Amino acid sequence: MTSQDGPLTVGNIEFRSRLIVGTGKYASFEETKKAIEASGADCVTVAVRRVNILDRSKENLLDYIDPKAYKILPNTAGCYTAEEAIRTARLARSAGISDLVKLEVIGDPKTLFPDNEALLEATRVLVKEGFIVFPYTNDDPIMAKKLQDAGAAVVMPLAAPIGSGLGIRNPYNIKIILETASIPIIVDAGVGTASDAALAMELGCDGVLMNTAIAGAKNPIQMAEAMNYAVRAGRLAYLAGRIPKKLYAQASSPVEGMIE
Amino acid sequence: MIQVTINGTRAELQPGTHLSQLLEKLKMPPERVAVEVNLSVIDKQKYSQFPIQEGDQIEIIGFVGGGN
Repeated sequence: MTSQDGPLTVGNIEFRSRLIVGTGKYASFEETKKAIEASGADCVTVAVRRVNILDRSKENLLDYIDPKAYKILPNTAGCYTAEEAIRTARLARSAGISDLVKLEVIGDPKTLFPDNEALLEATRVLVKEGFIVFPYTNDDPIMAKKLQDAGAAVVMPLAAPIGSGLGIRNPYNIKIILETASIPIIVDAGVGTASDAALAMELGCDGVLMNTAIAGAKNPIQMAEAMNYAVRAGRLAYLAGRIPKKLYAQASSPVEGMIE
Repeated sequence: MIQVTINGTRAELQPGTHLSQLLEKLKMPPERVAVEVNLSVIDKQKYSQFPIQEGDQIEIIGFVGGGN
């Protein structure tokens, strides 16, 4: 990253990379590890689940992702009520690895859209308990403001439904969210390919979180590298300031001195 | 023996078993898991003093691959 850009800071936590990656859907832990390394991310999200008490021969994700080297962002994926999400967050924190929580309260299994009412309620409770809350929400500027007022550390609007790869369906709403909120905005979910991630960053988002776009690619490690570049390129383009769009051509070579 | 439920599975334990002994028996490193007994999260520091009682509902969770 160039010297003009500082790290993404959330509270007193510094993120070296503006890309946060998930750890699901990989063929193996080895592939997970390699993809994360290629992505350049220093923060990864993980799910919280019952351990298999009958078969302890299985390897542990944290044997491959060292919590000392990476910031671990436990998520409440799969929770459908505020109570479930709060319970999962508390359990995750008591593992003693992280005070961060990627808070999800899902409202519908088909779209995996968030239940924003329950999300707001869970955010309030967890903020009071000292959690650093990263809520996954719609691309709704009013909701973003409410989450900010509830004490969320960042707001994570979706680009498109989780795992859909549809890209940023409503860049104008993301723009308005960026104007409305003063805390970091991290696009979460729906990114399909590198240009989607670059667009999120060009809009001025502070970061992008993705899982399926990398893990579901034909070559996940190569896609992780592409996303690494895309997020950095998009961020630099945002900072550099793009030219305005114009209807007609504007020559970039001088008119003077033409051969007559 | 006492009857308990661990992650939804019925199990029998010696009376007086502490949480730390249960984790050891299950070969689960305490630093990699979190434990809830009857819906209350148990502090890691208390595992060795926490006696498991008849009928306890125990949840042992860990971190797995996931995104959203």
